[in-house]
Amino acid sequence: MLNDFINQFWPATIDGLAFGSIYALIALGYTMVYGVLRLINFAHSEVFMIGTFGAMLVPFVFGINSPLTGIALVGLIVAMIVAGMLASAGTAVALERIAYRPLRQRGASRLAALISAIGASIFLQELFALLVIPTVFNRPEQGRIQMGLPRIMERSELFSVFGYPVRVDQVFVIVAAIAMMIVLDALVNRTKIGRGIRATAQNPEAAVLMGVDINRIVRMTFLIGGGMAGVAGALYLISYENTNYYIGFLFGIKAFTAAVLGGIGNLRGALVGGITLGLVENYGAIFFGSDWKHVISFSILVLVLMFRPTGILGESLQQARA
Amino acid sequence: MNQKKLPTGLRSGLGTFGDTMHERWLKTPGWQRWILYVALIIGALLLPSESLAPVMSPYTDWASILFFPIGTYVVLAIGLNVVVGQAGLLDLGFVAFYAVGGYAMALLGTRLGWNFWVILLVGIGICALSGITLGAPTLRLRGDYLAIVTLGFGEIIRITARNTDEIGGPNGVRGIPHPPSVEDFQLFGINFSEVFGVDPFKYGVLDPRPYYYLLVALAVIVIILVKRWEKSRVGRAWAAIREDEDAAEVMGVPTFRFKMLAFAIGASIGGAMGVLWAAKAISINPNDFQFLLSATILAAVVMGGAGNLPGVMLGAFVVAWLPERFRGLQEYRMLIFGAVLMALMIFRPEGLLPSRQRKAELQEGTGGMGTLGAEVPGPESHGEEVASK
Repeated sequence: MLNDFINQFWPATIDGLAFGSIYALIALGYTMVYGVLRLINFAHSEVFMIGTFGAMLVPFVFGINSPLTGIALVGLIVAMIVAGMLASAGTAVALERIAYRPLRQRGASRLAALISAIGASIFLQELFALLVIPTVFNRPEQGRIQMGLPRIMERSELFSVFGYPVRVDQVFVIVAAIAMMIVLDALVNRTKIGRGIRATAQNPEAAVLMGVDINRIVRMTFLIGGGMAGVAGALYLISYENTNYYIGFLFGIKAFTAAVLGGIGNLRGALVGGITLGLVENYGAIFFGSDWKHVISFSILVLVLMFRPTGILGESLQQARA
Repeated sequence: MNQKKLPTGLRSGLGTFGDTMHERWLKTPGWQRWILYVALIIGALLLPSESLAPVMSPYTDWASILFFPIGTYVVLAIGLNVVVGQAGLLDLGFVAFYAVGGYAMALLGTRLGWNFWVILLVGIGICALSGITLGAPTLRLRGDYLAIVTLGFGEIIRITARNTDEIGGPNGVRGIPHPPSVEDFQLFGINFSEVFGVDPFKYGVLDPRPYYYLLVALAVIVIILVKRWEKSRVGRAWAAIREDEDAAEVMGVPTFRFKMLAFAIGASIGGAMGVLWAAKAISINPNDFQFLLSATILAAVVMGGAGNLPGVMLGAFVVAWLPERFRGLQEYRMLIFGAVLMALMIFRPEGLLPSRQRKAELQEGTGGMGTLGAEVPGPESHGEEVASK
């Protein structure tokens, strides 16, 4: 047992970091929306799913089916990330406009918003399975079947850690995710929009009185959170090379778990939570087998919440909750 | 406040109608109410009639879908309503208790050969215990944390069942026994199978109606119990917790204990339904207990009007029946179901038949259970607020 652990420690660490970065990017969307509206954006998992398909569209349109190198590869990856971001951010903003704003303006309960989100989630999944995948990707009758991405970059070994190879795509995912985090952190802490977001999270009424346009801030929050999920989608697609209409569900739950783990409403908490979750579930899988991966991460969540209900870093986008 | 901007004609019309009906109902003497109750039960028993089938369910066997999903969803929604609607605890993993009940029936029935009625009692006990086991560590959490933990718990139960080969792994359990039958049932010299064309206590494979009658009996018992609880000290404590937990605690309500009680009761109802469902289903497997089922039941509760029993039952009926009724749309039915769920929440966020209390809260703009609107006012409502000052 211990031998297994020692043997698989480094591969599990690298996998865990890669998965964890993706969880963290998705978790940002949950945490931001939660911080501003105190709403679990349940349909955020579908925003991620649409991001993977947005990214898939680029190699599909250009008919790429063999690995690229050099400037072409960089261009393709950038285009995929941008496409994923656009698709996801667009979806997130549309969601806010259609599924949440009418409820918000009516003073409906958060429970009603949750149901609306579940409805939106089912709707988007089915929309992709029935219409988008068969028509856009020209796969009639195959909307529910997993879709593979042709290999776009050679997965050569970049360097090795204690004799275990680390591949290019793994490093790329981790680096890209951390870069996005830094950009976002600066956006929220340095810009005017970021100040508006923080103000709204702290006290919406006071923010309104200080001249913050709440609707705009909410829209921006969804836009930014959606964009991050889109990046996560593109990164996931590039490194794991497949997606399906149902992929959002598990990633959504995991990312929300990560957000809670790090302290919901706290942007840096999302990073910490995501990486922790990714690592813990991969280490746990060594001991219990990969079948138990999900059970491990949910058990960790329950344990953390029992002993530190505000998550690892605590809640910081808003004040302490009542 | 900003309600007048919306197309309120029909809504307020319905509301006034509902209010007059409600006032009438309050004035009705007890014996007349009992007549209505009995009429409703008889109506429920007559529901699987063939004459309704072409209208209600042209694509599937009407009596079958009355048992599952319609009846099953109704009972589950009543159970979840205790947790969500009355005590205000957001539970996203309700399906776990249904699964525990189902597996209790499957395992005790096939391995130990126990009788259905014994398992029903034992199953309810097991589920109450599992509700307490889940509740004890998690019920100190509030709101959304509780939601995500219960969701995680629901998934843990399902994945554990799938990964544990001793209880069938992904294939589940087969050959679950039916409840013991009483064939050729006679009452006052009337042979039911000859006169009514149905043997009400013969639990076979072909006729779903006896199971449906059993389900109606279970539902009636559950409704009576839940109604009594709602009107008792326990129900008032739940309402206090739902509205303001801190205030309730300060006023001397042992909130933790009452939250556990709500969880245990909800779990027992879900478990009882699980036992009954497994007894008809012959075989069960972990995929019968997906998260989507939890979400659907929660949708039924909220859509019907959380906290109001008739509303919740109506919501469950609609949620279960719509996809079956429109099976003709085939694949598109889930797409439409999602859109309908969204539309209903947008146009009627208080639910189809809200409790009067919830309606009043919504008018005040607090919405109950913490709101989006009260905390984040839109510019419109803000403008009006300023104007009114």
